[in-house]
Amino acid sequence: MSEKEIKNLEEIFEARIARDEKIEPKDWMPEKYRKTHIRQISQHAHSEIVGMLPEGNWITRAPSLRRKAALLAKVQDEAGHGLYLYSACETLGISREEMYEQLHTGKAKYSSIFNYPTLTWADMGAIGWLVDGAAIINQVPLCNTSYGPYARAMIRVCKEESFHQRQGFESLLTLCKGTPDQKNMAQDALNRWWWPSLMMFGPTDDESTHTEQSMKWKLKRKTNDELRQQFVDQTVPQAEILGITIPDPDLKWNEERGHYDFGKINWDEFWQVVKGHGPCNKQRIKDRVSAWEKGAWVRDAAIAYAEKQEKRNQEERKAS
Amino acid sequence: MKKNWPLWEVFVRSKNGLEHRHFGSLRAADAEMALENARDVYTRRMEGISIWVVESKDITASNPENNGELFEPAQDKVYRHPTFYELPDELKHM
Ligand SMILES: [Fe+2]
Ligand SMILES: [Fe+2]
Repeated sequence: MSEKEIKNLEEIFEARIARDEKIEPKDWMPEKYRKTHIRQISQHAHSEIVGMLPEGNWITRAPSLRRKAALLAKVQDEAGHGLYLYSACETLGISREEMYEQLHTGKAKYSSIFNYPTLTWADMGAIGWLVDGAAIINQVPLCNTSYGPYARAMIRVCKEESFHQRQGFESLLTLCKGTPDQKNMAQDALNRWWWPSLMMFGPTDDESTHTEQSMKWKLKRKTNDELRQQFVDQTVPQAEILGITIPDPDLKWNEERGHYDFGKINWDEFWQVVKGHGPCNKQRIKDRVSAWEKGAWVRDAAIAYAEKQEKRNQEERKAS
Repeated sequence: MKKNWPLWEVFVRSKNGLEHRHFGSLRAADAEMALENARDVYTRRMEGISIWVVESKDITASNPENNGELFEPAQDKVYRHPTFYELPDELKHM
């Protein structure tokens, strides 16, 4: 194809998205669109998969059967989210093995929040409330994104997320109504998860590089700072219901703006964790790789069994 | 041995009276495992009462590049629609 022809196709393509048409796997698309989507969707899938690890840590130690069933169901959902997203990403021409390879070698990123440790049971509540809460705000606009398979996966994901946040909040609320020790545990969890949750929306708008392109392709509808503000505004009253304090002395209602003002985020910490120096980066990848490697014999055995079965079926067909 | 599980497409009937609808895809070693995985991945909340799985490579799909010759001819056949026919106003229920 000549450069002029490509330019022409690109214009038609951008116009389709502007008209709110969806792009489907076999449609022509610019290489940059394909690459950007592979990167974003696979990172999103990795986040769901790695996100199971900090919570998996507490399944066997849940304080009651009710909490255990809820946590187990939530973690299973996250596995499902990972699978929806991996298959959406595969439609763009990258194989699942390649994506795993990128995750396992550290080439691919995933949400930095999962590189923090889960020290107490209250962390399960705080993660559901804050981390899934922030994820919902990030994900809801994606139900309308331009790439069909991604949008469809996100619709399913968003339907399931609401329970994640609610079970977390309920669990924290129970602690907050409990003994002083239990309430302290909830406060400690909020202290540790608050700032990393704010970082989940990514760098500030003036630092964020691909916002404009992402807006055009509907990978984004609002900027990082707008989404972060939305999260703060909706979370402050929820903390009041719990009766615990958000660890930010600068947090206060701004009548003029109609929003809460909040303190400065420690971006050095953010970049440290992104670059692999968070408290658990190494542990997470090690656990993930070990799970993958230990499962290899199962995958091989299943293939061998399927092949044997297929051969037997063929022979039977021949004989009859 | 380095062989990967093939890709399957999953179709789910959400309740009797409705058709099976494409829900998504997954990886599985064989059809039986594809069914079991489909149950776990796509029907955790009573989304279905019947599942079909088809290996993705067995699906023949039309190519969007041929959409013109495939689908455009229908555009100028308005006489296939009821509103094409001019009938008197006093004619009721037709
Ligand atoms: Fe999720
Ligand atoms: Fe979740």
